Amino acid sequence: MEKARPGQFVILRIDEAGERIPMSIADLDKKKGILTIVFQEVGKSTAQLGTLKQGDSLVDVVGPLGTPTHIENYGNCVCVGGGIGIAPIHPVAKALREAGNYVTSIIGARNKELMIMEEESKAACDKLIISTDDGSYGFHGFVTQVLAGMLEKGEKVDFAFSVGPVLMMRALARVTLPYKVKTIISLNPIMVDGTGMCGACRVTVDNQTKFACVDGPDFDAHLVDFEELLKRQRMYLKQEKVAMDNFVSSLEQSAHHHQTHKPA
Amino acid sequence: MPEQTPEQRVKNFKEVPFGYTEELAKIESQRCLFCKKPLCIAGCPVEIDIPGFIKLISEGDYIGAAKKLKESNSLPAVCGRVCPQEDQCEKVCVLAKKYQPVAIGNLERFAADYERESGNVEIPKIEKSTGKKVAIVGSGPAGLTVAGDLIKMGHQVTVFEALHKAGGVLVYGIPEFRLPKAIVQSEVDYLAKLGVEFKTSNVVGMLQTIDDLFASGYHAIFIGTGAGLPNFMRIPGENLNGVYSSNEYLTRSNLMKAYSFPENDTPIFSGKNVAVLGGGNTAMDSVRTALRLGADNAYIVYRRSRTEMPARKDEIHHAEQEGVKFDFLTAPIKFLGTEDGWLKGMECIRMKLGEPDDSGRRRPVPIEGSNYVMDVDTVIVAIGNSSNPLVPKTTPGLNVNKWGNITADPETGQTSRKGVFAGGDIVTGGATVILAAGAGKKAARAIDAFLKTL
Repeated sequence: MEKARPGQFVILRIDEAGERIPMSIADLDKKKGILTIVFQEVGKSTAQLGTLKQGDSLVDVVGPLGTPTHIENYGNCVCVGGGIGIAPIHPVAKALREAGNYVTSIIGARNKELMIMEEESKAACDKLIISTDDGSYGFHGFVTQVLAGMLEKGEKVDFAFSVGPVLMMRALARVTLPYKVKTIISLNPIMVDGTGMCGACRVTVDNQTKFACVDGPDFDAHLVDFEELLKRQRMYLKQEKVAMDNFVSSLEQSAHHHQTHKPA
Repeated sequence: MPEQTPEQRVKNFKEVPFGYTEELAKIESQRCLFCKKPLCIAGCPVEIDIPGFIKLISEGDYIGAAKKLKESNSLPAVCGRVCPQEDQCEKVCVLAKKYQPVAIGNLERFAADYERESGNVEIPKIEKSTGKKVAIVGSGPAGLTVAGDLIKMGHQVTVFEALHKAGGVLVYGIPEFRLPKAIVQSEVDYLAKLGVEFKTSNVVGMLQTIDDLFASGYHAIFIGTGAGLPNFMRIPGENLNGVYSSNEYLTRSNLMKAYSFPENDTPIFSGKNVAVLGGGNTAMDSVRTALRLGADNAYIVYRRSRTEMPARKDEIHHAEQEGVKFDFLTAPIKFLGTEDGWLKGMECIRMKLGEPDDSGRRRPVPIEGSNYVMDVDTVIVAIGNSSNPLVPKTTPGLNVNKWGNITADPETGQTSRKGVFAGGDIVTGGATVILAAGAGKKAARAIDAFLKTL
């Protein structure tokens, strides 16, 4: 991982039957050899990942993969993280700040309970703005509204970087487009090998097919075909449900098994 | 050779031919005329002593036959199964003029399987350590061959593999029913036993560059990264759900074992009406995989005619037996989709053959107004691969041609960089297992010679 730079990702497998799961690098302590990933339990694989305990191991991790985020001194930068996307903007915000930028981070979640990495985010930027959809913490509304407000007030923004749900990134692209703010987003399409070999992660950018795993994951938000990306992300919804249902029932079974065999 | 019936085998992923019994192998071996000037040897890209190993089979010395094979070919169990023998050794067999040629491939497979199954695989003599370190990038047929040869010469060998399993195209590409993965694994295990170090989940070009490898003490490097960049049709609708590259489709099914979803986590969309674009072995592998995954109709859509198809005759024959339908002289021009982004059809145009093109094959020309729509929910694009740029892009001074293939001397694998050799699909573009293994053989000799100059 010595080579890892902000914006890159890893692919991990939990066990021999596991799928290859791409995960953004949330933080990296090269001295201690600690790689941090942050995930939300949304399907079978992430739910299973959530059952691992300290000291457990993964069968394999490969990385860094992908083209690193281009870092330079733009001036005023805004990093926008939505939900689990707060994690991958963290190393980018840090690097932008180290490159001499004034970095404002806007991090948002559905509610206060789902807010993550507040302290780390605060330490990585010059100014931190928090928002929640339900208003339980910070600004009441979406991260995109916070940025829109800044731009409307005439605040100078030279560069925006964002990671979050596709719908959020699409909304963000619409906010920054009229102000011609250079906006880079990190995409998370379905992947398999992560080295450009299979093309599962193809996205249309500026009317051209790109492979997110090697050409990205960063792309110009104003050129991404979001509708196609949304549809492609839903390709395996049915199978994802089958896998999740199976996993839940296997957990229930083993819990039941434990109960019945516990000595009285 | 006895094999599973088409009705049986389309319902499973087990290997199609059962392999020879000892008796059948002996009978077949006794058909060989043991020609004084055998043409078959010249027909083999790695010049196996074919009459030599067949003679040993006819005498009942099957282990001896396997050893004889391994003198020239590190992967006989693999090549016996996937080599296009009908275009190589068997094509020039004297018997082929009047009768069936000797089934050299089947015999090769028999001897290699016999040795492996006997558990009597001898560790060959390993030369005294030279103290020289060689890095091999990619664990496909080229890389495995180089590794096997160099370790025997006394060099220290490390193989870097990007995926989590060694074997390259032999594990992600070629399906179980044509090449059981246990065989590939035993070849890899054998090399590991000889002392080859395998580093899987290690993407050279990302984790470290070729120059980093030199800096960390390797004296020579062999690049055998294969043709890992899928070509697409570049026609409208290609990013609809249901359109796969053959690389993705086969990787999901083979490497990730999606055919046993949900026991294995990786899903695959197995449509009812599946069209595979292309006429090569990969196209046949894809279409036969689709049948096994439950397709009602599986089609090969190929823009030229049957005679131009590059796939092995055996594979075409197997596909036909299994019920694959062939649409020759047909080219897709557009994929049609539903509102929510799923493939629902493919507009095609009929072709006719015109003048020969650069490849010597007659060029297909569209017939105006012959458009029609095929009812398909899955399309697998199997029209070849380009070279993956990860290594060339990160290696200054490494020359590539206009297709991105690494430029290398065909006799030695020497590239434009000192101490860097290359072979297999990354040099030739998509070719065969045996050509990659052959290139590996030559490169191993050249690397050994190079290391002696240091």
